[in-house]
Amino acid sequence: MPDIVPNPFDLRARARHIQSDLTIGVLALQGSYWEHEDMLLRLGVGVREVRLPEHLDGLAGLIIPGGESTTMGKLAVEFGLLEPLRAFGQTRAMWGTCAGAIFLSKDARREQPLLGLMNITVERNAFGRQVDSFEVDLDVPVLRQVDPEPRPFHAVFIRAPLIERVEPPAEVLARLPDGRIVAAQQGHLLTTAFHPELTDDDRFHRYFVHLAQTAAGRT
Amino acid sequence: MSEILTGSFKVKIGLAQMLKGGVIMDVVTPEQAKIAEDAGAVAVMALERVPADIRAQGGVARMSDPELILKIMDAVSIPVMAKVRIGHFVEAQILEAIGVDFIDESEVLTPADEEHHIDKHPFKVPFVCGARNLGEALRRIAEGAAMIRTKGEAGTGDVVEAVRHARAVMDEIRRLQTLADEEIYTYAKNIGAPLELVREVKRLGRLPVVNFAAGGIATPADAALMMQLGMDGIFVGSGIFKSENPAKRAAAIVKAVTHYNDPGILAEVSKGLGEPMRGQQVADLTEEQRLAGRGW
Repeated sequence: MPDIVPNPFDLRARARHIQSDLTIGVLALQGSYWEHEDMLLRLGVGVREVRLPEHLDGLAGLIIPGGESTTMGKLAVEFGLLEPLRAFGQTRAMWGTCAGAIFLSKDARREQPLLGLMNITVERNAFGRQVDSFEVDLDVPVLRQVDPEPRPFHAVFIRAPLIERVEPPAEVLARLPDGRIVAAQQGHLLTTAFHPELTDDDRFHRYFVHLAQTAAGRT
Repeated sequence: MSEILTGSFKVKIGLAQMLKGGVIMDVVTPEQAKIAEDAGAVAVMALERVPADIRAQGGVARMSDPELILKIMDAVSIPVMAKVRIGHFVEAQILEAIGVDFIDESEVLTPADEEHHIDKHPFKVPFVCGARNLGEALRRIAEGAAMIRTKGEAGTGDVVEAVRHARAVMDEIRRLQTLADEEIYTYAKNIGAPLELVREVKRLGRLPVVNFAAGGIATPADAALMMQLGMDGIFVGSGIFKSENPAKRAAAIVKAVTHYNDPGILAEVSKGLGEPMRGQQVADLTEEQRLAGRGW
């Protein structure tokens, strides 16, 4: 049986019924933004799709989904989002998955628009082409903060980037069995080369909501 | 713990999920592929001839030369798709061997088998297939398609058939949701689709895979129309490189798909794009000239 793609009409109906003082944005230029919205709604968190700078007002945090980083970068430049996103990331939590991780990095080893917020260097399509996309179980110790039971996180990598270098104050959160880095954190900024939004496991989303609450509470 | 799984349905459909809200553009050279990538395309479809030329030139249309596809794969960092004839599983094996990211089993090429589509399950590479209605979409998904697109009428620049197919699928899904549980057995039989998938669609209120619009989209307004009708993204074939200013039109269609619900932005991006592709009214085509009837 095929896996589930969220129904956008259903998401909108559910979003109207959420009563939460916490609203998290999902950058909705392109990519897996419905999947992230679905996860946040299941956690009872308010969501907002962000396509223009004014959509950032009042958000506690922002998720940059998977998709094509070149497309997102191009659209972010065209609609004046780069500087507002950089400013937002100074004080608010941000999480990039896959393309979003590339977008948050300071260096992607090629010419494309980046936010440059995190002290990480990424390599795009590091594992090859689509036929090399894969699933694997990862050990992610930091998730024990949201669920003490030490079970692996089933990670889905789609034409994924690799986090080649992590420099302070950024820290490594998870590695592949061969030691290569696939998740990192820098204060309230989070990055994963894989797609928690394509699974039923909500631990990363809960962890991020916690980061967003903490960052929003500080300012 | 450390077992690595490739080619699963999850990673196949996952790539389609990453393409959502994006535009996939037909290109025939590495230079066109660069223009498409720079305009913000989420993927390119590598071809020897766009559908409008296949239509004009006639003859048997086959898989493109792997050398051309490889050159296009070298030119861009975004996913590269390529077409195979309906039922031609060896063309698909060849495209998988060269590392294409997605295969379109397409009615735009001349069918190789008039009875059977490709069994897409054994492949590690994901497939997209055309559909005119819910039954056809679910038959393709049963065969292993990880993504569906409307057939529309390729190479015409006339959006009417894409609208017809998108509305057909969306209307059938809405009607299915009103049926009682005991009524879906006969419904599945009548549309010629597997019961399990029919049940899944009733539950989800949508196809269980990503559904793009294709076949006749030529303007930013066409693209936004298909998005507002409930499609997940857009294929543009001849509509870009058969127009007067491909780079500008391509970028405008990308913006229109992201902001498909914002008429102010749609108006802005629709300005001064030059001549669209000349096009051909679908109503003027004879039955034999229509590609959408290929496949079943």
